[in-house]
Order: sequence, then C-alpha cells, then structure tokens
Amino acid sequence: MKAAVIVFPGSNCDRDVAVALEASLGSKPLMVWHRDTQLPEVDLVVVPGGFSYGDYLRCGAMAAHSPIMREVKARADAGTRVLGICNGFQIITEAGLLPGVLMRNAQLKFICKDVYLRVENDRNDFCRYYRTGDVVRFPIAHAEGNYFVDPKTYREMEDNGQIAFRYCGADGTVAPEFNPNGSLGNVAGVYNEKKTVLGLMPHPERLAEDLLGGADGKLMFDSLVEALS
Amino acid sequence: MSQITPEVIAQHGIKPDEYKLILEIMGREPNLTELGIFSVMWSEHCSYKSSKKWLKTLPTKAPWVICGPGENAGIIDIGDDHAIVFKMESHNHPSFIEPYQGAATGVGGILRDVFTMGARPIANMNALRFGDPSNPKTRHLVAGVVAGIGGYGNCVGVPTVGGETNFHKSYNGNILVNAMTVGLADKNNIFYSAAAGVGNPVVYFGSKTGRDGIHGATMASAEFDEKSEEKRPTVQVGDPFTEKLLIEACLELMATDVIVAIQDMGAAGLTSSSFEMASKGGLGVELDLDQVPMREQGMTAYEIMLSESQERMLMILKPGKEAEAKAIMDKWELDFAVIGTLTDTGRMVLKRHGQIVADLPIDPLAQASPEYDRPWVAPAKQPVIPAEQVEAVDPVAALKTLLGCPDLASKRWIYQQYDHMVMGDTVQRPGGDAAVVRIHGTQKAVAITTDCTPRYCQADPHEGGRQAVAEAYRNISATGAVPLAVTDNLNFGNPEKHEIMGQIVEAIKGMGEACRELDFPVVSGNVSLYNETQGTAIQPTPAIGAVGLLDDVNKHMTVAFKAGGNHIVLLGETKGWLGASLYLREVCGREEGAPPPVALHRERRKGELVRQLIQDGQVLACHDVSDGGLLVAVAEMAMPGSIGATIDAPASVPLHAWCFGEDQGRYLLEVGQDDLVAVLEAAQEHDCVARVIGKTGGDSISVGGASVPVAELRDINEAWMPNFMGAEMSGH
Repeated sequence: MKAAVIVFPGSNCDRDVAVALEASLGSKPLMVWHRDTQLPEVDLVVVPGGFSYGDYLRCGAMAAHSPIMREVKARADAGTRVLGICNGFQIITEAGLLPGVLMRNAQLKFICKDVYLRVENDRNDFCRYYRTGDVVRFPIAHAEGNYFVDPKTYREMEDNGQIAFRYCGADGTVAPEFNPNGSLGNVAGVYNEKKTVLGLMPHPERLAEDLLGGADGKLMFDSLVEALS
Repeated sequence: MSQITPEVIAQHGIKPDEYKLILEIMGREPNLTELGIFSVMWSEHCSYKSSKKWLKTLPTKAPWVICGPGENAGIIDIGDDHAIVFKMESHNHPSFIEPYQGAATGVGGILRDVFTMGARPIANMNALRFGDPSNPKTRHLVAGVVAGIGGYGNCVGVPTVGGETNFHKSYNGNILVNAMTVGLADKNNIFYSAAAGVGNPVVYFGSKTGRDGIHGATMASAEFDEKSEEKRPTVQVGDPFTEKLLIEACLELMATDVIVAIQDMGAAGLTSSSFEMASKGGLGVELDLDQVPMREQGMTAYEIMLSESQERMLMILKPGKEAEAKAIMDKWELDFAVIGTLTDTGRMVLKRHGQIVADLPIDPLAQASPEYDRPWVAPAKQPVIPAEQVEAVDPVAALKTLLGCPDLASKRWIYQQYDHMVMGDTVQRPGGDAAVVRIHGTQKAVAITTDCTPRYCQADPHEGGRQAVAEAYRNISATGAVPLAVTDNLNFGNPEKHEIMGQIVEAIKGMGEACRELDFPVVSGNVSLYNETQGTAIQPTPAIGAVGLLDDVNKHMTVAFKAGGNHIVLLGETKGWLGASLYLREVCGREEGAPPPVALHRERRKGELVRQLIQDGQVLACHDVSDGGLLVAVAEMAMPGSIGATIDAPASVPLHAWCFGEDQGRYLLEVGQDDLVAVLEAAQEHDCVARVIGKTGGDSISVGGASVPVAELRDINEAWMPNFMGAEMSGH
C-alpha cells in the first residue's frame, strides 16, 4: 500500500498519523504540501487533524478549497480510499466528500479525552479488523465535532450502512450521556455511499501503541494495509 | 516647549532619580521615543532591577547544564546529542485585564522563547492561581484563562500536559498565569541571541507590527488600582495559527546555515529584542523603521518600537543569505524584511522617514541597566501549632471535605480543554505527580512538573522556597525520572515595600539552598512583581517548573494502585504537622502556623531510593505525599483504578494529625508481597524510615474504624470544578 498525508498550514496531527501508518505499513507515507497540485499515485490519502488555516472563517472551510483538495476529490471519485480525521473530517465534509456538517460542540468547549465508540459497520477497508458491535477506545480533541445532517439523508445513511462509529459507554450502550459533543445519533464517524471515504472526529492514531494507553486505533491502520496491499 | 514634562516622565513609570540618570547617560534631554525606550527597558519586567541582586545567588551550574539564565530559555543535556530547552514565564497582569488574550499570548510568548533557541516545543504546562471561588470575578477569569491557554496551545499543536491550580482570596485582584514550555533541540544546533558581525543584516520576520500592547511591560510593572480596566489596550492579541507557521518556518530556517543570532520579540517588542541582541554582542545597531512591516499607516517611531504585537522575530543573518531566508518565509507566508545593520558604535540609531528619531547608547539600557539593593525585612516567624491544639475531626468527614475543596478537587474540567495528546508522545497525561513525555523516536522520556505551596510561602517564605523546590524534586522522582534542573517564576507584590522585598529575599534564599543540596540548578526564570491591588499583595508564589530524565520510558511509574492485596509502604517520618496545612485551612477554617520544615539532606537520599526501587521494578505505584497529607495521598492512589485500601494508623500520633499532617519528604509506595522485604531493606540501607501502613484492596478506604467507598470519594473529587464552573453564564 502507498499512502499520502496532506499537510496544510496549521495541520498538527500530520506527524502523528504518519507515525501510526509507518508502524502498520513498515514504510513512511508521502507527505504532500497543500500547494502541490499533483498528488502521487497512492492507495490511501489521509487528511490529518489540526487547525488548517487556523480554522478561521469555519473549520475546514478554507482547506476544502485549496488546490490539493481538488486532486483529493478527483481521486476519491475514482475510488482511492480517503481517511479524514478530526480537522480532516471537517475538511473532507466541507469539500463535499461526505454528507453533513460539523458544528460547534453542544457545550461550546474544546474537549480532549478518551471516548468509547461502537463499530457500526465492519464491511469495508477501514474496519476489517473490527467486528460490527465491537467497542473501541479512541481519544477525541476538538471544539467542532457536533455532526448534523438532515433527517432524510440520515435515514438513507443508516439504511446504507454509512454510519461508521457511534459514541457509547464501555459496554457498547449508545445513549445521550455518552455523547461528548451533541452529535446527531451519537455519530462519531461516517462513510460515503461506497464506503471508500471515512471521516471521523476521534483520533485512531493517538491510541495505536500500548505505551500511550491503548492500541485500539492500530487496527484501523492494520486493516487498511491488509486491504490495500 | 519640551515634550518631557514631569507628568510625562511619571506616566512612563520612571522615578525622578531614574530620570536624572537618563539625563546623565544621554548628556541631553531625551525625546519622547527615547524616553519610551528607557521606560520599557528599565521597567521591572525587562530589567529585573529589584530582583537581580538576589537572583545572582541561585545555583545555575551542573555538568549537564548547557545554558543557564540570561538567554531566552535554559538548556540541559539529556544525552545522545539531545538538549532540553525550557522556561516558565508569567502573564499575570494582562490575564487579569483580558483573561482570554492575556493567557493565550502568555503561551505564545513562552513557546517563542523556546523555539527561538532551535528547539521544537514538545510540551506546555501552566501554573494558575485564582481568587476566592466566591469572588464574583473568579469564574469569569477561570473560564477565560483556560479557554485562552487551550485556544492557543491546541492550535499550535503542542500538548498541554499538566500544571497546577490554586484558589485563594489573596489573588482576587491579581491572578497568576505562569506558562512553561519544554522543547527538544539538537545539542549541536542551538541558537543564541548575541549579535555578531559588523555590517550583517538585521532581519524582521513573522507578523506585522500594529498598535497593540504598547507599554505592556510598563503595565506589568505597576500595581493595579480602580482604573486598571482602562489598561485593556495594553494587552496583546494572539494569533496561534501564525505562531504555528512561525515554529515551522524557524525550524526549517535553522536547518540551513544562515542565522548568526535570533531572538523573539516579547515584552517591549522590537526595543528589547534589538537592545538585548546588540548588548550581548557588544555592538551597535542602525534601524530604518520605514522597513518594518506594519499593519496600519502612520505609526510613529514611538509606537513601532514599543508595540508588543505578537508572533514576531528578530535575527541577524550571515551576509548574502537574505534570499535564502526569504524563500522559507515566503513558503510559510510570513512577512520578512531587512530593517537594519549591525554597527560598531555601541549605539542604537533609529530612522523614520529619513530622519534620525532616536540615538541612544545600548549598554546602559540593557546589560548595565539599574540594579537596586532594596531595603527588606525578614517576615516574622509563625508559631508552631501542636496537633493537640487543632480540632480532631472524624477522618472520613475530613477526607471528604479535603477532596472536595477547590485546591484538591480534580482539575479535569481544566485539562480536558487542553489537547494533551497531540504529537503522540504523552505517556503520562495530566492528573499524576508529573507529566511524562517521550523523546520522539527514542526510548527516553522527560518528566515535567510545576510546584509551589503559596500558603507555606506566606507563613514562611524561606521554608516555602525550600519546599517548592523539594516538592518538584519529589514529583519528578515519583515517576522514576532523575531530576535535572528547574525554571523559576517568582510572583510577588510590590518590592518597594520592605516586607514584600523580605519575602522575595527569603524565598530566593530558601530556593537556593534546596537547589544546591539537591543538585537541581536554576537554568531559566522570570520575575513578576507588583502583583498588588489597592495595597493588597498576593501570597508569595515562587513557582518552580522542573524537568527530569527517564532513560527507559517503559519503566515510568504512576500513582494509581494496580491491584488488591499489595502492601502500602510509607517512606519518611510522620509527626503530624498541621501548621499551615490544608486540614487547618479547609476543615478548621484557620490560616496560621509555621509550615512543615524540609530536611534537604534526607530529601535527596529518599529521592535516590525511590528512583532505584522503581528502576529495579520493586514498586507498583508511587505518589509523593503533599497537600492534604497521607490520607489524601492514599485516596489519590485509590481513585484512578477504583482500588480501595485498609490503613492501620499508629497509636503514637493523634489520628487526625497522622492522617492529614503535611510532614515533608514522604512517598507512598505500592509493593507486592514478594518485594516487600527487599524494599524495606533498601530503605534501611539508604537510612530512610519506611513502614507498612496498610494494604490495597476492596472498594473502600478504611482507617481508624471508619470507612468510605472510593466511588463516593471520586464523585466528591470530580464534582467541585464542574459545579463551580457550571454556573458560568457563557463562554469567553
């Protein structure tokens, strides 16, 4: 598998996700600067977390219109796998790769902590090492993770298996008290229709090593390497 | 008519005798720009004129110290060509006036002090002091400061890994925001600020200069009065996105070979950076202020020189390297301008619109600035309060009160607003004795802590100074790391008052003793004086930030009990010292008495023992015993893993004093059955008192016939902060 990580001014999880990818892949991903208009031939594009362009205007809004994102969109349309994490989720959603929007957290604060997630669909290249219904622990670190989409689209997404993860309790219960940001239906991550694009607010790359407190996130990168190699 | 009236001089915070000295130095009357430059350079904030004499007494050397105080930050060697660059700095006055921006720019400033030396920042910490929770302003200030620290630190992508927060009425009118940054550099590629090379270009880069923050340094060198709110325009506005670009651009530039010297523009902006660089290099500077990138038109020389606009840097380039440097700044979309050249005159010559607008000698304003030997009186000693004179409250009831009091309550509400995991090396997150951050790509790690117990410093600044250093030493040791060096952030009231100056002198003496005894040199620091409002001073708060090294990150130790059925071993003696304790303040409502003394020679032996036991794998959990005493420490070990403990109190000390006395130099260890004999023997070999005080297990903490569920304690401990802040009406 060949992977590329897009780096915007203000990205700050680019190195973290590159480290996690390298641990699963055995080689370093390509780091692609936002001003590049050419995207190398790769099997996976990662749009990392951070504060692209300072998140001024609206989270992800400016990055979504950068030259490189036109390339990313074209590749996604052609079926290349795209993973957007945190600010990356906001960017690819702004760019129209995924339905919905990410609004300010319900309690209006940045929040950084570990959360439990229920895996909602394991039949894709991102989650083949998880099982639907599994509970995994990833950290969140965001102020705008409150996912919203209109009710009709939401129903279609549910019917089509496009919900990737939901915030839950340690036993997998999905309930309002486990929702850290007010997100619709406790949604933490979603797929596009073909399940080739995944956007999620939690950071799998931050718990991909036992020394840091857990390795549930590593399975996502292992899964991608296995599927795309 | 002269512009320089006595009123103008006074407005600039310049005392009549200082103005006389200015006339001598200049040989003529200064113009307004020159007077403004004197005022910021000689401000307490920039010149350390009241504290310099005493700061010089602190130990600053050790074989592992690469750079001590006097540069932008201190530097220590941690082996393998890795250097750790760190410093703590205050942003107290601006944070009270405008909490969000004040705190945010405090973080920005300390980050720049570290990356300007060639280090990538790897961790932030902060030590915060707020007023009484019942004070109507406190909640607003907490919300603003926390949001500001998070807003800046989260965006630049440096984890905020810990700190401390206290509340006390003495901070009602002057909160303390002390921010610390730790960075990692290549020992062979460190950058300093001393200018060199006559004719070399003086280069400005980063953000444009605006009219914000003018006279920030002067504002931070005066007491507050009822008009302090009017000082809001002196507070700077931060842009963390530009700072992030600046970090990347600087580090990219530093990987080339073009920089002679570099310094950030912090307090007093272009003035202090240019004067300090020239003074350290023994050179002169000529600046054409027309070349300075400006946000607005019509700025005067006075405004340009005194602006404290953020995210700006000044450097001296090697000749002919301008284009190479500019290309990197263009990539990061930062302003870049050659604004002057180095000269051999020893003078600062400033031009605006082709005219010379200021011409000043450099040294008298910088390295040779005034130094005062201010009169001082040692504070009166407080009486020792015997345990028998302190009300004995049921230990379970007292434990609940203490775990729910503002100083001991969980600060989760705060640190959850800080990204403490970005960069992927945070091994110990906030909430333990010290944060542990791995050195990227290696098996090494640094342990980082900030410590100070202001109520001890109030009661006895000398003992309080010793204690702050000793507690930092303990917190580092409790993770298994070897304590290496400290940075100090000295927060006090008005040094012109003899009692306050006495606090400063005694605290520094105490700190110096502890640093010497523990081989724990001071490598950087900052002084914040005039923390007074309408004549009322803060509790003396010499905050200590410390760094230690773990050779093997896999051996790092945590505070949480790991399993039931293990022994709880107490290292150190317990006589039941309740003077100046939290028990006395929170349970009995009394703020009095001498604080517990620190036995420094034993402190060192105990630290060595603890580290050896951790290294040998004979300890399962370790926690230093500090605020609130023994029973609070047991609860803090029990709560994270929901594992209880049964404690056997000795009959020789009154129960309340044994449970809550704050005797110094103590650690609690969780030890398995198989290792117990070895641990007790090792303690004996190190001449340390060690005794088994109970066992882990169950879901309650039991002592003296009473018992309380750990879950209940955790609820109490977690509830205070969200409840207090829940009454907040809106965000910042």
